[in-house]
Amino acid sequence: MVYDQAYARRAKGDLLLSLRGVSKQFGAVTALSDIELDVRAGEVVALVGDNGAGKSTLVKVLAGVHQPTAGTIEYLGQTVTLDTPGKALELGIATVFQDLALCENLDVVANLFLGHEVSPWRLDEVQMEVRAWTLLQELAARIPSVREPIASLSGGQRQTVAIARSLLLDPQIIMLDEPTAALGVAQTAEVLNLIERVRDRGHGVILISHNMEDVRAVADRIVVLRLGRNNGIFTNDNSHEELVAAITGASDNSVSRRAARKLDEPAHESIGDAR
Amino acid sequence: MNETAPKPPPSGNLDRGDTRVRHDVGIRGAVRSFLDRVQSGDLGMLPVFVGLLIISTVFSALNPIFLAPNNLVNLLFDAAAVGLIALGIVCVLLLGEIDLSIGSMSGLSSALLGVLWVQKGLPIPLAIAGAIAAGALTGMTYGLLRNRFEMPSFVATLAGLLALLGMQLYILGPTGSVNLPFASPLVRFGQIYIMPMWLSYLMAIIPGVLMIVGGMRTMKRRADANLSSSGMSVVVLKAVVLTAALLFAVWYLGMGRGVPWMFAVFVLFVVIMDYALRRTKWGRSLFAVGGNAEAARRSGINVKRVRLSAFVVCSSFAALGGVFAASRLASASQQAGTGDVNLNAIAAAVIGGTSLFGGRGSAWSALLGVLVIQAISNGLTLLNLSSSLRYMITGGVLAIAVIVDSLARRSRASHGRA
Ligand SMILES: Nc1ncnc2c1ncn2[C@@H]1O[C@H](COP(=O)(O)OP(=O)(O)OP(=O)(O)O)[C@@H](O)[C@H]1O
Ligand SMILES: [Mg+2]
Repeated sequence: MVYDQAYARRAKGDLLLSLRGVSKQFGAVTALSDIELDVRAGEVVALVGDNGAGKSTLVKVLAGVHQPTAGTIEYLGQTVTLDTPGKALELGIATVFQDLALCENLDVVANLFLGHEVSPWRLDEVQMEVRAWTLLQELAARIPSVREPIASLSGGQRQTVAIARSLLLDPQIIMLDEPTAALGVAQTAEVLNLIERVRDRGHGVILISHNMEDVRAVADRIVVLRLGRNNGIFTNDNSHEELVAAITGASDNSVSRRAARKLDEPAHESIGDAR
Repeated sequence: MNETAPKPPPSGNLDRGDTRVRHDVGIRGAVRSFLDRVQSGDLGMLPVFVGLLIISTVFSALNPIFLAPNNLVNLLFDAAAVGLIALGIVCVLLLGEIDLSIGSMSGLSSALLGVLWVQKGLPIPLAIAGAIAAGALTGMTYGLLRNRFEMPSFVATLAGLLALLGMQLYILGPTGSVNLPFASPLVRFGQIYIMPMWLSYLMAIIPGVLMIVGGMRTMKRRADANLSSSGMSVVVLKAVVLTAALLFAVWYLGMGRGVPWMFAVFVLFVVIMDYALRRTKWGRSLFAVGGNAEAARRSGINVKRVRLSAFVVCSSFAALGGVFAASRLASASQQAGTGDVNLNAIAAAVIGGTSLFGGRGSAWSALLGVLVIQAISNGLTLLNLSSSLRYMITGGVLAIAVIVDSLARRSRASHGRA
């Protein structure tokens, strides 16, 4: 496949994904309008914004769950149509959804490998179980048994399973929609470590979180969405107040002027790398 | 503990890192975890065994012929057709969908068999293939209606029930029935052919042997991969009990005519479906779609194709069931597939432990459930009860099965077992 060859050649800083003018309409509701977003190899992009800002919708568009009503998505230099979740996964875009999207009636192993089972005509349960334990230990998971149905796990354990699943296929880009919302202290630290490890391996990461501390700890760039629109791109050099102002929309002038200035500068994406 | 990553204990297994979990080892452990499961509403095959016990005690008290070997042989002959239909409906129930037209489909398939073979003079295999193709086509239609138009399956298949019945009446024409020649192998298959005793005994031993060999291989592979296993004692015990039960059944049936080939073929299909459901990607995706269709879609599963395949498999098995029914009755008539066939097949799957709510079930539920249903029907016939009473009782049994299913589901939800 074309993508496989391209995949091997990605170096840190190469453009993986770029969105131009992406909009999404749900009937009368405009969830996203005219969104621009770039993701580079070896970079963590944080996506922040208030509740209902459209973060999850954007992630779902990139995961192939929703179709954008307008705009183009370029992946590894080619315009792509992400019409099914399977397509996005195949291209190397993996997602941890906010609602996790796990099958409660299946056990942990079955959920991890769902849709990508080892040897489809004679499921290799032993190999899958070994791989499951390896993945879960990487995340410092506290899961008593991988042979229990998901229904018997706690919220945080489920979140860990969902994160582990996104790593399974060694994706090029991994999107995490509030991955640490339900996690304990150690597990949160482990997920942040993991995000850094994944970034250092040259993958792109999109992280959605309401926890500004976590965001500032790992993000190279912070993209703010407000009411379905881009509302500025920030780095760790910006103050907490500026960020909050952009998220909430207060003290509109300075923030939006700054955002507009930043959008005009073509070099703005490299700020994170220079850090 | 204050390290960030729990390291597996130096000599321990990969999956034994968590000290909070009780690891059930050996026979006692198996019994304990079985009791746990039942308590939390994961009943499995338990209702079937309780049901069979009650049924056989009551009916043999009322009429001792019920447990006579030859009556049981007849029961097995009768069970095969409905059992095949139930086996198909398991696939659709796993998705949380339903097919209410399986009875009509089997009726249409008998009619097709009769017309193609007896009236048009086609060779038997071709006639059977035609009937099954009609089933596959019907299933495809349901799948398309469900996928394209989001038509709830119970409406689509209720419409299908009527349409298929109409087609059955149409192709049978004014005479309304076709008699199948008694001397033909197909009818002999449905009425006479019995497995030789030595083969029956061999078949009774094979499952136990396979269980032990398979169990040993799995244990070795798990040990090589540094995973724990619950020990051979449980597997051996299960295999011994199963083999003893099967040998006894074969010996007992052998005092009458023996094991019908028809029933053996049905069991073969159950084994194949069991493999397909538990050990293939397709089977796994049926469970996933039934558990959470959106999650399955987001995992890259083509939900529409899975649905389509389930409906096709279901209707094809219904058609094959129709062929079996025709060969059993030596005729294809307007009555074939009507009456209680539909509900018997659905009830069999549900009694056997396949949930109406999707995401839970097994191929064995068709086999065990159909034995219960057929035992009831056979017992009531022996008592010379009219079909009016039989219908009422079968309806009641289905209601009880669904109540048990709902209660078990609620209990599972509160015990976190989905
Ligand atoms: N399937 C849908 N149908 C209709 N409207 C939707 C749908 N999904 C999202 N929306 C709307 O789109 C807007 C953005 O929702 P989205 O879930 O993307 O917000 P979010 O930024 O992820 O919020 P949160 O921080 O609460 O997770 C909301 O106004 C929501 O009502
Ligand atoms: Mg969200």
